[in-house]
Amino acid sequence: MSAWPNIWTIAKRELRGYFDSPVAYVFIVIYLLLAGFFTFTFGAFFDRGEASLGAFFMWMPWLFLFLVPAVGMRLWSEERRSGTIELLLTFPVTAWQAILGKFLASWLFIAIALALTFPIWVTVNWLGNPDNGVIFAGYVGSLLLAGAYLAVSCMTSALTRNQVVSFILAVVICLGLVMAGFTPVTDLLARWAAAWFVDGVAAFSVLSHFDGFLKGVLDSRDVVFFASVIGYALFVTGVVLRGHRAG
Amino acid sequence: MILVGNLTKAFGPKTAVNKVSFRVERGEVLGFLGPNGAGKSTTMRMITGYLPPTAGRVTVCGFDVGDQPLEVKRRIGYLPESAPLYPEMTVLGFLGFAAELRGLRGEEKKKALHRVVEACSLDTVLHQAVDTLSKGFRHRTCLAQALVHDPEVLIMDEPTEGLDPNQKYEVRTLIRRMGEKKAIIFSTHILEEVEAACTRAIIIDRGAIVANSTPAELKARSERSGAVLLTVRGPTAATVSAALGSQPSVARCEIVSDAPPQVVVRVYPERSRLTAAFTAQVADAAMREDWLVEEVHTEEGRLDDVFRSLTRPDTAPEAAA
Repeated sequence: MSAWPNIWTIAKRELRGYFDSPVAYVFIVIYLLLAGFFTFTFGAFFDRGEASLGAFFMWMPWLFLFLVPAVGMRLWSEERRSGTIELLLTFPVTAWQAILGKFLASWLFIAIALALTFPIWVTVNWLGNPDNGVIFAGYVGSLLLAGAYLAVSCMTSALTRNQVVSFILAVVICLGLVMAGFTPVTDLLARWAAAWFVDGVAAFSVLSHFDGFLKGVLDSRDVVFFASVIGYALFVTGVVLRGHRAG
Repeated sequence: MILVGNLTKAFGPKTAVNKVSFRVERGEVLGFLGPNGAGKSTTMRMITGYLPPTAGRVTVCGFDVGDQPLEVKRRIGYLPESAPLYPEMTVLGFLGFAAELRGLRGEEKKKALHRVVEACSLDTVLHQAVDTLSKGFRHRTCLAQALVHDPEVLIMDEPTEGLDPNQKYEVRTLIRRMGEKKAIIFSTHILEEVEAACTRAIIIDRGAIVANSTPAELKARSERSGAVLLTVRGPTAATVSAALGSQPSVARCEIVSDAPPQVVVRVYPERSRLTAAFTAQVADAAMREDWLVEEVHTEEGRLDDVFRSLTRPDTAPEAAA
């Protein structure tokens, strides 16, 4: 039996789990409200006088910072708290299939939420003539960014039975990933550290890698960066889950 | 079918399971007994591949759990302790999920679901969310999950916990019926369950096996096993006790109730002469004394006596030796 049917069965269950509980609806409504609010007020969407979604995408690293861990916090902590992890891992599936299935489900959920921002895309296309290639890159970048945050949340939720702890840990780690490349932080570092060090730290930031997408550039290095964050965090999830059981 | 050899699990400095070895064949129902924290659940979790053992090995249907965990998991149906379920799912949704992970699709899946729904009497709650169900239904839903692929090996951690007497009876009947074709291990606190459903019982205490035999053999180990309960009318308790106590085959005589004119005594045989004839000897003695015998009853022994004597902290080391 190949791995894919198992991964998909687990992902399907997890995704349905979101929609069977209020989590999905609360998340989507709040996400759309906040995205609109930031875009039109702080992003000064109309005052820019340009047909682009730059004002929309530039808030994603900050908006996702709090919302994505809320989606990912229950992935493993809930399984551990309710004991269903024992059920899941004694089905004929490998831990990797379970980790991947659950991660994909939450990612797919974020993708659905992201897709529901389509009215804003319709709006710019109606008002002007935006470069839809740049917008597409922005969506791809946002999805990768959410994936990285989610993988981190997946990892922190494997660490604890407590969803709140899992949420806070995920926010802190993701904040670290953002801050590493945040201009005020890099400026502060530049005062006393060598340039190579500042660049090195900034290279770990999601911001520096997200920027390219905002400009419409699909750089393979940025894609590789997000893919490695996801891969690494999911790998650690596997190690943590095995660690719990090894005693 | 299940081969457990020197299985050991340590959590840090604490050894939860210590060199446990046993085997279970097809057609056997093994009852797993022991006080809380004795290592029953840990042992079962290692057999199902959930916990990796610290040392020792488990082989299920010829596959080693460490080397080929998926082959083992495919052949096992497992009901974990306290029957965990995904609360927001419906019963049918959950069983479908379990069936799909067991590789059942289409017509096969439908048939399997139909079979377990019937076996566990879940037809009235199929479309209900799990967290709205009563404990009995929840438990049976989790049990249905363990049966969906008709496994050769069934492992159940306290399958009757939290069920009402009728449901307990049903589950026990189900276990006994399935036990004819499968290898089953289940743990329980309820000793009568062992007599009702098991072909063999293992008592485990502080991580080690202290007894492994049939329920009847275990009962025979009870001090009371073979003792005769005698109810007579007429003489005083002291007379009865003195007369019977002087018999050569009698170890001692205990007064159970003394409500003149009726006296009830329990007569224990000398261990070396534990035979069916003992009952006759006691009855004969009573006749010779010309007492009016109302009832003579040979006791089978009680599992809970055995359980207590084997797992009591102060006697457990002797019992193990």
